Amino acid sequence: MSLRHLLRTALTLAALALAPLGFGAIDTYEFASAEDEARYKALIDELRCPKCLNTNLSGSDSPISADLRRTVATMVQGGEGDQAIRDYLLARYGDFILYRPRVMPATYALWFGPAVLFLLALLIVVRMVQRQRQDAGPAPLTDAEQAALARLANRGGQGAE
Amino acid sequence: MSRTSLFLPLGLFLVMAFMLWRGFALNDPHELPSALLNQPLPAFEKTRLADGAPVTRDALLGEPFLLNVWATWCPTCKAEHAELNRIAATYGVPLVGVNYKDNGPAARAWLARYGDPYRLSLVDDDGSLGIELGVYGAPETFVVDAEGVIRYKRVGAVDRRVWEEEIKPLLTRLGLPLETPKV
Repeated sequence: MSLRHLLRTALTLAALALAPLGFGAIDTYEFASAEDEARYKALIDELRCPKCLNTNLSGSDSPISADLRRTVATMVQGGEGDQAIRDYLLARYGDFILYRPRVMPATYALWFGPAVLFLLALLIVVRMVQRQRQDAGPAPLTDAEQAALARLANRGGQGAE
Repeated sequence: MSRTSLFLPLGLFLVMAFMLWRGFALNDPHELPSALLNQPLPAFEKTRLADGAPVTRDALLGEPFLLNVWATWCPTCKAEHAELNRIAATYGVPLVGVNYKDNGPAARAWLARYGDPYRLSLVDDDGSLGIELGVYGAPETFVVDAEGVIRYKRVGAVDRRVWEEEIKPLLTRLGLPLETPKV
């Protein structure tokens, strides 16, 4: 394989590998700072497209997502804080729009369920280990049993002769 | 193994069955609970589709009315349009349209062709009022009371059943005098 051939193959593979990155949001907004741009990107990654069941704003091509991206960009450019932007959309689209649900009684199971289950599992394991240790072997023989065993052993030894 | 722990699988089964039953009994997952219920209609400054005259939120208030988000590109809007025409003509219900992300001339032609049930339609070509209203798919229909509070939201077409069972009783409760249908 010539070097040229190899190079061509490598380029093709690289292009294919990068292809999926071209989908989703392609609209560009100008931000005053790199920090603002990072904020914008983080927000559209964690906000959910209200029209789609399981896509974030950054990954959706739907017109409503484009509108909401524009809204988020405008608010970021206007110097609004992340929480203010989330609250703005929350007030209009409800909890559905948040991929990171709020902590409230309805979501306690979601937030704390895993920790509770983990503790429960830990408790069960500890109990099981304790129990196993308790009946790790037969209880040690009492003196009387030891003597009886010795007698039996003696008799067995004689019988084998 | 104690006797009670023999019932563990049965217990697990019942828990799973309950959760699956709840899960599948949920409504259409596309239907979002509206965050705007019992919230005031957001303020806006828009123009009237017919002639471009400015319209503000407060100009609409005074009696309960229906706010219907529609567009010519929306097939379901076309499907519900006949029912809106019927409601407006039969009961004299005040209907306000929001012409959502649409093209003005096309929208006017559409109303001329299929009938105009609206007292007026607001032009929301950039979808900004749509965002204020939490609109994510046309058609959407809101019931707004005389004080401008949103009392009901319907995502999807308003058909005869929705009108008879949900919107009409609510409008009556809000004190809107409905004309009696001429048989």
